[in-house]
Amino acid sequence: MSLISAHHIHVRQSGRDVLSHVDFSIDRGEIVTVVGPNGSGKSTLLQALIGAIPLASGHITRAPGLRIGYVPQKLHIDPTLPMTVCRFLDLPVRVTDAEASAALIEAGVADVGSRQMSELSGGQFQRVLLARAVLGKPDILMLDEATQGLDQPGSAAFYRQIEAVRTHLGCAVLMVSHELHVVMSASDRVVCLNGHVCCEGTPEVVSAAPAYRELFGTGTGGALALYRHDHDHDHEHHHHDHKGAA
Amino acid sequence: MTLMDDFLVRAALAALGTALAAGALGCFVVWRRMAYFGDATAHAAILGVALALGFSVSVFAGVGLVALAMALLIFALTGRGFAADTVLGVLAHGALAAGLVTVALIPGARVDLDAYLFGDVLTVSMGDLAVIWGGAGLVGVVLWSQWSRLLTATLSPELAHAAGIDPRRQQLILTLLLAAVVAVAIKVVGALLITALLIIPAATARSFSRTPETMALGASVIGGLSALGGLQLALWLDTPVGPTIVCVAAGLFGVSLIGGKLQAIGR
Repeated sequence: MSLISAHHIHVRQSGRDVLSHVDFSIDRGEIVTVVGPNGSGKSTLLQALIGAIPLASGHITRAPGLRIGYVPQKLHIDPTLPMTVCRFLDLPVRVTDAEASAALIEAGVADVGSRQMSELSGGQFQRVLLARAVLGKPDILMLDEATQGLDQPGSAAFYRQIEAVRTHLGCAVLMVSHELHVVMSASDRVVCLNGHVCCEGTPEVVSAAPAYRELFGTGTGGALALYRHDHDHDHEHHHHDHKGAA
Repeated sequence: MTLMDDFLVRAALAALGTALAAGALGCFVVWRRMAYFGDATAHAAILGVALALGFSVSVFAGVGLVALAMALLIFALTGRGFAADTVLGVLAHGALAAGLVTVALIPGARVDLDAYLFGDVLTVSMGDLAVIWGGAGLVGVVLWSQWSRLLTATLSPELAHAAGIDPRRQQLILTLLLAAVVAVAIKVVGALLITALLIIPAATARSFSRTPETMALGASVIGGLSALGGLQLALWLDTPVGPTIVCVAAGLFGVSLIGGKLQAIGR
């Protein structure tokens, strides 16, 4: 049985169809990456899966007692709210100091426990978010553009961290990312999204799919295509309708 | 004559109970930027006073009900994505004006409006005191039992959802608590200054707090000190108690700002 599955979901936000007819599911231990251009509904899909936004139609099934570790795209902590790293790891479920420091060491930020969240660098902040998500021993780890604001070595290290967590916990990983070259190599399955599911499958299948090529290969002037082989390029736009893409 | 027969003791206890509850709840008002929300709910209290006098029911009941209705109305409107600031501005001042007009329309009653706009803590009865401490205790118990959930929902609705917490439900809880504090505080500081009692102690506690818990406790303590200090000062200077309490709180805020600056220089 899948951990989470979405059946034909439809999401409307401020009069716009953000997601339509999306079917999605993820199994235990699987690493799935969702790719797509800006405004393609990647983050919306994640938020719909955790139940944070209402569906216009369709439904979402979660395995009973499912524990979700969620790493948001960005977390703004209001400056009026004092919050040490250790206290943050305690939310909403209290953990022991030993567990907290073990999680921080595992995340590669051993010494930040007593610092304020607002004093952390971007990379440290993301690692603390990851540590918090992992502390709940999740069945599924969801990351929404979790490496935004990290430099290349930083995000590479972050993805190695996620792999290690997956091996250690045996959890499923669902990532949203624009860093195609990094995430696709690490994924079991890639879902290419643009308001609807354009194509999905193994990274090889997706990167060869015409719909994917249309979004990333030709649509972005080839900048993103640098990371792939270009010998089977397809310029025929006949597969899907991509209004509003790119 | 027992201790409680002394009107000053009753006044001190009433101010203290209100300030303790408002201090802790006020942290959430500050963190979630609900100051205007507090204003709208508090201003609606005047309408509650008018209706209570018109129907000859207890002022606490009238204020509590109208504050609750206003809080729920705002809760429903903000859920629909209205521009919160504007809507709250309309509601806050609309409710205050409607209250003032309604008071004037009540036949026969000569209402001392000042008492409800600025509080009249020196006249609280034993019954009032019971309501104030009952309300304050309720606020304390709910905050205590829901603390982690409220905090997670305040930090990020998404993190709350992922942890199986419904942030709208938590917001509703805060909304109800706010209505309770308004009802409790109307006799102490009055409708116009309730928001001050929520925000100023919390803002003062921020400068020396490193965790949300120390800030909430600190805000309660500072609120309590302001209440007792303000009452004493009002007796010396022969000034209205509610505004004097708020002046003391604002003074403590100023001191904390200077203290924070000195600390920053010393580091």
